[in-house]
Amino acid sequence: MRDVAIVSFAQSKHVRAQTDSNEVEMLMPVVREALDNVGIGMDRVGFTCSGSTDYLSGQAFSFVMTLDSVGPWPPISESHVEMDGAWALYEAWVKLQIGEIDVALIYAYSKSSPGNVREVLTRQLDPYFVAPLWPDTIAMAGLQTRALLDSGTATPADLAAVAATARRNALANPYALLTGDASVEDLLAQPMLADPMHVWDCPPITDGCAAVVIAADDVARELSKNPAWIRGIDHRIESQALGLRDLTTSVSTATAGSKAGVSAGGFDFAELHAPFTAQELIARNSLGLDASVPINPSGGALSANPVMAAGLIRLGEAASRISRGEGNRAIATATSGPCLQQNLVCVLEGSA
Amino acid sequence: MSLVLPPSIADVEQVKSVRTPAHLDYSYTPGKAMSSFLRGLEQKKIIGQKCPQCGKVYVPPRGACPTDGVPTVEEVELPHTGTITTFCVVNVSFYGQGMEIPYVSALVLLDGSDIPLMHLMQEVPYDQVRSGMRVEAVWVPDDELKPTLESIKWFRPNGEPDMDSASMRGNA
Repeated sequence: MRDVAIVSFAQSKHVRAQTDSNEVEMLMPVVREALDNVGIGMDRVGFTCSGSTDYLSGQAFSFVMTLDSVGPWPPISESHVEMDGAWALYEAWVKLQIGEIDVALIYAYSKSSPGNVREVLTRQLDPYFVAPLWPDTIAMAGLQTRALLDSGTATPADLAAVAATARRNALANPYALLTGDASVEDLLAQPMLADPMHVWDCPPITDGCAAVVIAADDVARELSKNPAWIRGIDHRIESQALGLRDLTTSVSTATAGSKAGVSAGGFDFAELHAPFTAQELIARNSLGLDASVPINPSGGALSANPVMAAGLIRLGEAASRISRGEGNRAIATATSGPCLQQNLVCVLEGSA
Repeated sequence: MSLVLPPSIADVEQVKSVRTPAHLDYSYTPGKAMSSFLRGLEQKKIIGQKCPQCGKVYVPPRGACPTDGVPTVEEVELPHTGTITTFCVVNVSFYGQGMEIPYVSALVLLDGSDIPLMHLMQEVPYDQVRSGMRVEAVWVPDDELKPTLESIKWFRPNGEPDMDSASMRGNA
């Protein structure tokens, strides 16, 4: 296996609605910043891979247009996943393992503002028996939250603690959308949105994007003083049928974590992609992380949730923290599908 | 394969198919570059953007140069004349077409631009349209101008001699 590292990360200032620019205009400065961070142009990039979904923009093949942001003519080697950008990073990581190229650019973006994101995401559900009922994202998360509470594994105060920590951590994150210093008691005192969900259980609807550069071996060392090495990366998927899953745990997270080498432990922090509070607790338990490991120092998806980019941002945030010397070993995850259906786990390490 | 139902529902007609209509509404955000283009059409102007690196002029502009991957901020007002690079005679009717077939859909390279714009060709028999033909925009009446490409009704021949196809290399 080649050693591959994240050497650069950039993200947009996340907002509720980016109404004055289209996807290309939103993405271009972020892609440029990711390349400028390591002083390279597209001529050094051997492969470009992006993550987004046409359903959010309401335009078929919308990702083809956003390729304009990297300058795809004459033709470049590129690919796209209709998934979170973390899976685009996985594809690029595989490309680097083949050994033909040394540098890859990954970007991911979404604008949830053009449509009703809660309705749009119902279109990823089982098209015969579930999607026709239009159960929105919060209803689906409500099922999972209720199952977790009923199992006795977590209390409403545990959920509120996740939200309170996320917002407080986000105060130090200039890119975050939702920040605050409300206490657990403050949050619990707020009215419910729909039992058992409070508004603070849910991520803010977000427009935003991110870009990452990964590189192999000596090229990574050339581009970065302190690359964040990918020591393990794996992704797993569970059944689309919710009735076949135990929603209080995440088998796919546990399996991917095991394959990525999580059991060795020693993590300084974790960036877990969990758009709803209960999901952070489920992901944390499934990875066997104890209370000593700080979760989501960036504020996580509860403070900014550009769909299709929020998972890639977890990997980028973790890598940046390692490159800045604020920890040497971290775990980063990405999730996709309803109720943590699919999960990617990545173990990152600095050189220290 | 035949399904054996319990006696209580044996005479109920079986469901063989189900329709599950889906409908989603979106508010389209054209962005800075496209907004400028659309506002221009409302004033009978065709606005493109020029790449600061390669100098190519794109219309409609999308705010980026696909060759260099850099923002295109300099706006260029383009003339209403151009050349057909290539075209298609549409012989098949389809839902929402609203046109009598056959008709011609053409790629028009506006003078001073580097990427052709797709539009309708009219005021010429369909079998006389050709690559290199010089054309001009025909606008809707001034009081019907709107921020849409439909403010240009169609293109028609402007009577100038054909352009040599070599002059359109890279744009056809």
